[in-house]
Amino acid sequence: MANFDVIILGGGPAGYICAIRSAQLGLSTAVVEQEKLGGVCVNIGCIPTKALLHSAYIANLLKESKDFGVEASGVKTDYGVAMKRSRRVSDQNSKGVEFLMKKHKITVIKGTGVLQPGKKVKVGSDVHDAKKAVVIATGSRVKGIPQIGLEINKTTVISSDEALLLERVPGSLAIIGAGAVGMEFADIFQAFGVKVTVIEALPRILPIEDAESSDVLAKSYRKRGIDVIAGAKVTKATVGKDKVTLDIEAGSEKKQIVAAAVLMAAGRAVNTENIGLKECGIQLTDRGFIKVDKNLQTTAPGYYAIGDVAGPPMLAHKGFREGAVVAEIIAGQKPHPIKYDNVPSVTYCHPEVASIGLTEDQCKEQKLDYVAGKFPFSANGRARGTGETEGFVKILRDKKYGEILGAHIVGAHASEMIHELAVARENEYTVEEIDLAIHAHPTMSEAIGEAALDSLGRVLHI
Amino acid sequence: MATKVHMEALSPTMEEGRLVKWSKHEGDPVKSGDTLAEVETDKAVMELVARADGQLLKVMVPEGTTVPVGNVVAWIGKPGEKVDGTGSQESGAGAPKPAPNPAAAAPRPAATAPAAPVAVPADATRVKASPLARRIAKEAGVDLKLVQGSGPGGRVIKRDVEGGATQARAAAPAPGSKLPAPSGAPYEDVPLTQIRKTIAKRLLASIGPIPHFFLTTEIDMERAAEAREALNKQLGDEGGKISFNEIIIKAVALALVQHRACNAWFQEDHIRYWNEVHIGMAVAIEDGLITPVIRNADMKSLREIGAESRELAGRARNRRLKPEEYTGATFSVSNLGMFDIDQFTAVINPPEAGIVAIGSIVAKAVPDGDRVVVRRRLRLTMSCDHRVIDGATGAVFLKTLKQMLENPLAMLL
Repeated sequence: MANFDVIILGGGPAGYICAIRSAQLGLSTAVVEQEKLGGVCVNIGCIPTKALLHSAYIANLLKESKDFGVEASGVKTDYGVAMKRSRRVSDQNSKGVEFLMKKHKITVIKGTGVLQPGKKVKVGSDVHDAKKAVVIATGSRVKGIPQIGLEINKTTVISSDEALLLERVPGSLAIIGAGAVGMEFADIFQAFGVKVTVIEALPRILPIEDAESSDVLAKSYRKRGIDVIAGAKVTKATVGKDKVTLDIEAGSEKKQIVAAAVLMAAGRAVNTENIGLKECGIQLTDRGFIKVDKNLQTTAPGYYAIGDVAGPPMLAHKGFREGAVVAEIIAGQKPHPIKYDNVPSVTYCHPEVASIGLTEDQCKEQKLDYVAGKFPFSANGRARGTGETEGFVKILRDKKYGEILGAHIVGAHASEMIHELAVARENEYTVEEIDLAIHAHPTMSEAIGEAALDSLGRVLHI
Repeated sequence: MATKVHMEALSPTMEEGRLVKWSKHEGDPVKSGDTLAEVETDKAVMELVARADGQLLKVMVPEGTTVPVGNVVAWIGKPGEKVDGTGSQESGAGAPKPAPNPAAAAPRPAATAPAAPVAVPADATRVKASPLARRIAKEAGVDLKLVQGSGPGGRVIKRDVEGGATQARAAAPAPGSKLPAPSGAPYEDVPLTQIRKTIAKRLLASIGPIPHFFLTTEIDMERAAEAREALNKQLGDEGGKISFNEIIIKAVALALVQHRACNAWFQEDHIRYWNEVHIGMAVAIEDGLITPVIRNADMKSLREIGAESRELAGRARNRRLKPEEYTGATFSVSNLGMFDIDQFTAVINPPEAGIVAIGSIVAKAVPDGDRVVVRRRLRLTMSCDHRVIDGATGAVFLKTLKQMLENPLAMLL
């Protein structure tokens, strides 16, 4: 049993950043983690998938390399090797978090923490006291859809957790859910020679992205031979020993899909069970997240919640920010409030999809007076040079003042390019400041300046 | 290692001090807390005390010299220790020197200097604002200088210009709007509302650092005079006769209790409404003016006020007031009645928001119904800081004050 200023339940992105920031502010800090530090992101999420996506990128590049004057014969792919490399990357990152905890003299308590009233956390038989605050950062996990017979069995019905550890790929794969996770795994497995079908219940893939982004990505996937079925409902699932049969209904059309495995990529469940929330008087929202106020404090004073458990968007970088902000609040500072409408969203498939702010449909729903400016990478010199001409930059600007209401990028390196617009929006730059900033030539980023100009009716290169 | 003795800031506004008299001499043993010298500040003669033990090794400035705050005036150390004899030229870095007022310190261009473009200080014109906020402000005709920014480092962002306009409309208080109920605290700080900020800035641009306006009223002092005569008759030879000054100070203090909106300090981003009433009383002294403070004047009797004001005025004339005796007033009274002045305007003593100027009490023919009677009348002018007090606010205060002086029994209510 020990005393700390702050005890954080969960060592994922939100939790470990909260710990580092707390330690920086002179608070004695402990992190309770039952598995590896870094959480889903580092171990079974963001990081290993990026490693696998790069393997997929290399595989796809080699298929086309002949056009570039480089002929690679006898190209073979081995998912097991790629998987092992991704594990090494994850382990490096997890060790990196461990090092950061040591560097900041943060106590890492191994085990499962359970909250107790009076700002106490029980781990095993030990009860630890938090003098200032307890922070809940227990994150989320994959979930199946048992209602239609798709309970994760880890062999034929798998989640990303299993997909990340496969030694070899299945012959065919049906992916249920065309959000970021589904689209990234579709990209990976297709590159490793798997026949992939993506099934999305909502009318289009990447449903939270701009409709044009969804369309361009769907077209690109279909061109590569990935079967994309949107607006489809799985009515029945028959799980066999080495195959799964899915009955689906897309509009009036009925279809049967047989795949060696099904990857469940439709939604996540937050880890709010058995951690003593009720005993401490911590309430949940209708949607099952922990209810927090604008300071991320739960309904029990002294208990805060950050990251996935505190509500959407369930993104590591949103958790990072909440972790830092909560640490500052606990230390008595008054940090700038988090702008939840300025959190970038990125899908790292090929081409990449990135966005910030409103979609065009949302502008219409909110009856905003907007102008869309767009520039395709097919008109961008750098993109032509690398043969990455798929996609576009689209900027939605307020007609009167030029405010950047939203921005959408589909294309190679979209994940890196979106930050120009994140900075612009954070600082309330208008499309004119985007144009005024000189963009190096030739770069993919020039397309951002051109999209800004297009919204002003002054596009130069088309 | 010998210790420097600096010219200290002995009053809040002191920038330099005249070394009147050394109380210790070179070679004298000194203990921390001993008086080393008498120093004349801008307000009074004060004591400069030792901050170290040892011997007064060296005196750097002769008596009668005026020395900027922060400069070395002497050294204290062990007998025989060597000291730096050039210390008086020290710039004062790290010394207890108040931050100089940049406006006051800025060198004035010589009148004969050739006309050249005047460099405007960056701060005067530069407003930190996002490009989007600038555009919205331009479109809406909002002066960004008047907007309080809520972004990083006070940057004006979209929500400030959007909120600013609506907030100003919503928060526009009716004249005589209700202040928060007095708590037990000596004062309440009320953040400036958008409209108060705008009033403050607009008026400053027009009339200078404190936007004064003046309200004059004529008060019938007949009954106050009768009351005074009766009281003094009763006091007989006891001494401590009541003067009009005490009656006016008491009436002002009591009227302020009823009108807290006038008993306030302007504090740049908020207004401090005092729950206590401390009346500053302007006293003419040789070469100047000082306002000793009658604390909690609303709770003191006329005789107490009289005794205190005589005592403070006496010491003020001898320049023996302590800083706490001439700071902290919440409102001031300036009386030139004894100089046969009918009416005048007094200058506000910041951060106070008001001062009343008292003229002579003169016998005048005034209509009383359909006849003319001779009455003793007083013309009183209130100077108001418009950033705090609006015309109507000042007027209702004066009305109460007038009622109290015209019917002194009202002070007992």
